[in-house]
Amino acid sequence: MDFSFSDEQNQLRRTVREFAAGEIAPHVMEWDEAAHFPAELVPKMGELGLLGVIFPESYGGAGLGYVEYVIVIEELAAVDASIALSVAAHNSLCSNHIYKFGTEAQRQKYLPRLTSGKMLGAWSLTEPGAGSDAGGTRTVAERRNGAWVLNGSKTFTTNGHSAGVCVAMAVTERDKGSHGISAFLVEHGTKGFRSGKKENKLGMRASETSEVLFSDCVVPAENLLGKEGEGFVNSLQILDGGRISIAALGVGIAQGALSAATKYSRERRQFGKTISEFQGIQFKLADMATQVEAARTLTYRAAWLADRGDARHTKESAMAKLFAGEVAVRVSSEAVQVFGGYGFIKDYPAEKYYRDSKLCTIGEGTSEIQKLVIARQLLGIR
Amino acid sequence: MNIVVCVKQVPAKDAPLAIPEGAAWIRETDIGFELNEPDGYALEEALRLKEKHGGEVVAVSMGPERSKQAIKEALAKGAERGVHISDDKFYELDPLGSARCLAAAIKREKFDLVLTGLQSDDHGFGQTGVLLAELLGLPHATIIMQIDAADGRLKLKRELEAGWFQWVELPLPAVLSIQSGINKPRYATLKGIMAAKKKEIATLTRAELGVTVSPTQRIERIYVPKKTKKTEILTGTAKEAAAKLVEKLKHEARVL
Repeated sequence: MDFSFSDEQNQLRRTVREFAAGEIAPHVMEWDEAAHFPAELVPKMGELGLLGVIFPESYGGAGLGYVEYVIVIEELAAVDASIALSVAAHNSLCSNHIYKFGTEAQRQKYLPRLTSGKMLGAWSLTEPGAGSDAGGTRTVAERRNGAWVLNGSKTFTTNGHSAGVCVAMAVTERDKGSHGISAFLVEHGTKGFRSGKKENKLGMRASETSEVLFSDCVVPAENLLGKEGEGFVNSLQILDGGRISIAALGVGIAQGALSAATKYSRERRQFGKTISEFQGIQFKLADMATQVEAARTLTYRAAWLADRGDARHTKESAMAKLFAGEVAVRVSSEAVQVFGGYGFIKDYPAEKYYRDSKLCTIGEGTSEIQKLVIARQLLGIR
Repeated sequence: MNIVVCVKQVPAKDAPLAIPEGAAWIRETDIGFELNEPDGYALEEALRLKEKHGGEVVAVSMGPERSKQAIKEALAKGAERGVHISDDKFYELDPLGSARCLAAAIKREKFDLVLTGLQSDDHGFGQTGVLLAELLGLPHATIIMQIDAADGRLKLKRELEAGWFQWVELPLPAVLSIQSGINKPRYATLKGIMAAKKKEIATLTRAELGVTVSPTQRIERIYVPKKTKKTEILTGTAKEAAAKLVEKLKHEARVL
């Protein structure tokens, strides 16, 4: 058993940290206030290799694994969770769906552009009436003249406005239930495809979340992604990896909040000493740090399992996502408490971690759904 | 153009520094280390010159095993190879000692140019580059803000005080100390980090270099400056007190 990171992994962490400090940190509040997604970061992150961490070099990726991917998401999230979320949706949802289930031609067509940051990716599963319940999916795709015609709408699509390509799930055979849903590649600019309302959110405000709408949207037959009818089943596998990235997002937010609180506790003076000298604050920080470390360990173990390839990691990914998501909320809430009144105002970093953290218990499956997933694995329920 | 760039590993900027009582150096256990920031600018300048004129960049560092990490960072950013002068007691060296070791290692290289940062973020002597040039018997210029290389000569912009600059010319080979801020250092890419794994780092010891040095200066003690506060009540009429205050602001605080 070896818990240490390699020299390369440590170097990667330093690189992402430097990048986040230099290119992201100075703008965090500005982007958050304006709910502005900084599209100019996309090619820069592509150049660094952050947009293709887990894909082979033949597709322009870095050829690394989930452990490295978690390092990237964690370090970005510690500075700005919105950016980390957009990178996560791009990598482990959109690009990974194409990589895992696409044909060689589809991979060649999209992955080099996605990994280099020439194109941003989105992934659309959720609908107004269907989230965790796939049966509620209303978006349909019908065969017509050798092509597919999509109709319907999707909600809560990360990168929904800026993405060059969107992987969208649509019903192709209603009576087959979850085996009647297929995945499609829809490019920005396709007639009948447009992004709708951009949501005004509590947190993660610099990350775009929007509707995507299909109205007699015709895509060629070759844009069917994966086997017909297997889109939803494939999505569940994609989410196994996606959950690890949301866990990493939670760890990053929690670490960012903890670091900010620790620093502040050494500066803020009350009753003639820094508040870090009070046991009440020390106990808080100790609890926070312990929770962060536990969440981190679960997350990296899930990533390690994913990298081994042979091991199923559904349960461990769900556990990491559940725990790290909840830890992000608890630790960032405690960070606000350490900051006191200054934790409540936007001149200090604590409130943003707190707002951003809540997404981690909701996105890519709520905490409750994670518990269902874990229980099913425990009890062998299919 | 073959360029040697000297890189040092120093305690990380956010490292909590503990000083054992009466010690001459900080406690190094449990703190992180990073590439000395001024050396990062020298490295970037070396990489840009190589990209423009061809040749190779060799990163040289001295220190214990951990200092190899500074070399690896240089390799990840694009240096071709590294030379590590392995020395667990390098902290006992003064700048002259450091420069002697570096000079001995650099003499083994075929180079046109040696770049160093202006100073290190830990000791901050700012002398190693200058001494290195003297020991190598090469022309040297400091606080470099721009390098134009052509026909075996360098045209250099130096930063002087109060917003003044100076242009100087030097023949190659030469040694330059680079001013921080001359460029925007690149980030190591993921591909660069992985490629660095396959690049060579040669290890040399002080004994192998045949350098024996006895320090010409010694640090007695390091300490955090004590904060002091002195309150003085100015007496007299308002006019007299104001006049005294102006005097003090002019001659003691020197803010007027």
